[in-house]
Amino acid sequence: MSDPITETARRIAAAGESVRTPARDPVNRPMINNWVEAMGDANPVYTDPDRAARSVHNGLVAPPAMAQVWTMRGLHGQRAADDPLGVMTKVLEDAGFTSVVATNCEQTYHRYLLHGEQVTVSARLENVVGPKNTALGEGYFVTTSNTWYVGDEPVAEMLFRVLKFRPSRRPEEPASPTTAESGTSSEPVIRPVIGKDTAYFWEGTSIGELRIQRCGGCGLMRHPPGPMCPECGATNPKFLVSHGLGEVYSYVVHHHPPMPGKALPYVVALVELDEGPRMLGELTGIAPEEVHIGLPVEVAFVRVDDELTMPTWRPRTEGSGR
Amino acid sequence: MTGSLSGAAAIAGIGATEFSKDSGRSELQLAAESVRAALADAGLDPSDVDGMVTFTMDANSEIAVARELGVPALSFFSRINFGGGAACATVQQAAMAIATGMAEVVVCYRAFNERSGQRFGRVQTAAARQPTSTGLDNGWHYPMGLATPAATVAMFARRYMHEYGATTEDFGRVAVTMRRHAASNPNAWFYQRPITLEEHQASRWIAEPLHLLDCCQESDGGVAIVVTSAERARDLPHPPAVIAAAAQGSGPDQFVMNSYYRDDLTGLPEMGVVARQLWRQAGVGPQDVRLGILYDHFTPFVLVQLEELGFCERGQAREFVADGTIGLDGRLPLNPHGGQLGEAYIHGMNGIAEAVRQIRGSAVNQLEDTEHVVVTAGTGVPTSGLVLARS
Repeated sequence: MSDPITETARRIAAAGESVRTPARDPVNRPMINNWVEAMGDANPVYTDPDRAARSVHNGLVAPPAMAQVWTMRGLHGQRAADDPLGVMTKVLEDAGFTSVVATNCEQTYHRYLLHGEQVTVSARLENVVGPKNTALGEGYFVTTSNTWYVGDEPVAEMLFRVLKFRPSRRPEEPASPTTAESGTSSEPVIRPVIGKDTAYFWEGTSIGELRIQRCGGCGLMRHPPGPMCPECGATNPKFLVSHGLGEVYSYVVHHHPPMPGKALPYVVALVELDEGPRMLGELTGIAPEEVHIGLPVEVAFVRVDDELTMPTWRPRTEGSGR
Repeated sequence: MTGSLSGAAAIAGIGATEFSKDSGRSELQLAAESVRAALADAGLDPSDVDGMVTFTMDANSEIAVARELGVPALSFFSRINFGGGAACATVQQAAMAIATGMAEVVVCYRAFNERSGQRFGRVQTAAARQPTSTGLDNGWHYPMGLATPAATVAMFARRYMHEYGATTEDFGRVAVTMRRHAASNPNAWFYQRPITLEEHQASRWIAEPLHLLDCCQESDGGVAIVVTSAERARDLPHPPAVIAAAAQGSGPDQFVMNSYYRDDLTGLPEMGVVARQLWRQAGVGPQDVRLGILYDHFTPFVLVQLEELGFCERGQAREFVADGTIGLDGRLPLNPHGGQLGEAYIHGMNGIAEAVRQIRGSAVNQLEDTEHVVVTAGTGVPTSGLVLARS
């Protein structure tokens, strides 16, 4: 069983290694100076001829991790026509998998490079796996490998994997939380600080789950969350996925001042969830004057971008519940 | 501890800049001017100062102020967190330092260009981005659209109205009273500019159920308070305002302005923690006090404070304020200077100065019975309070 993407991938992989592309410059001291400075690597074997001469290298060498640096294409460089990652990327983008995230990078170094050596690089497609459903959306994992040569001697290799994905969209979400109405602020939204203790919540919203922290020791439900249970002292927080239903406990109609990313006026509601804890969010889909304490609401997720999905509230519809 | 602090220290000097919307000078200059004025009022020199306390939020460090004043050495310096909740706690810190011999003359100060510079009433995007526990806390509120002080209080106010049948007119009566007091205070921004309840009701919505006239001002200015031992204060030019009680408080599941996850949203339990300590330390109760300086950044919390301090039952504050009780001729006048709604918003420090004037007998709207004055700091945040006494 095969789809056009897998078919193309098989063809590119079968073509094997691409033509070797030469580095712009030989391995050189100025580039090394800049790189070690940026990385904070003070090892004298890279920059001090005298001390390098007395080392096991008997002279200056380049940091192995610079392998890819030598063959970077520069600001205006273009991929070679037969570059497998370039070709595969184009095929996936044409199929709607427009976003990319790098997931793995493993490098292997066979030896140190010497100053003045001329490097070339080739690439091959290892495999394309998919379609996979991920937290980010449906996509394909594309794995390529690079080999760097001096002459015909392989000096370094790299396995590189990216996820090319179609950003997940939920049926009712707007393309952007801002609208063209008057009073709209075009500034970007205020983003939450996300930390170790709160990441689970935002990972949940990104896949359409409203998560409530629940203590792994005594089961206490708690929002906003924290690392230690105030009831039993356990530091083993888990979570449950809320049904996303609740009632307005209190609310504010915000008229002034303007708020980044929101059209005025808007309603912010403090909702008491059916599970117990309260949670705050914007309430949409109802005129501000019709909002009242006790109004039954349900959660609605608004995707801001790849990294942030906001939980919001809307009046509960007939038969809602999941 | 109880009893050892009460009566040990006193406020001997107060000083302030003018209160404006555009001071035209740096915050450090405002701080230095107000501290110098307070020392002059106390009959003390900068060289007498050995302690300084301010707010964590203040932009002027203790050493920067000490440099401008020419204070040669400090043996005590401290800062209090949580915005306006720090006000009375700066005086508590000073009193504790003096009572324990850590310092002899401590200056508490707060100075800012809060109107012409960074306006607190605006959305504080940076506050939501701090890589701290407070930043994480803000992440549950700011991105959801609840990002101004007025909006955070409005959430409490709506629930308070629902539970107790209070109306925006009840909130308005507080604003009208404060503006009436400010109208006869030449130092007040709203001097000679009283408002009516109708004007309150007609003012635009800021964060419903709060109208514009439920919200305090944004002000430029500085206030400084000089604290020394009660014994030394008696030898200085003005009658001392003795610190009969000084307390801090935070409550269960406490947040900064967003304590929305407690069982009940109609109280300010952190102020209850303060109130119980104040009455115990001072050896008096609400029945003994005839003047209150209550923090009035937003009107609804003035009502809740009356309940937390025990001046009336829970949910009864709206009836308490309905018949003029908090006016200058009432049973419990509040904020004769006009408060932060009428005089200026200097994060509660101008209220402490007014309490001192009332005890000295030098206030513009001077009251008769000022043996004990209760003063509170910022509400909705971890807070603090004082009971100042004439002797």
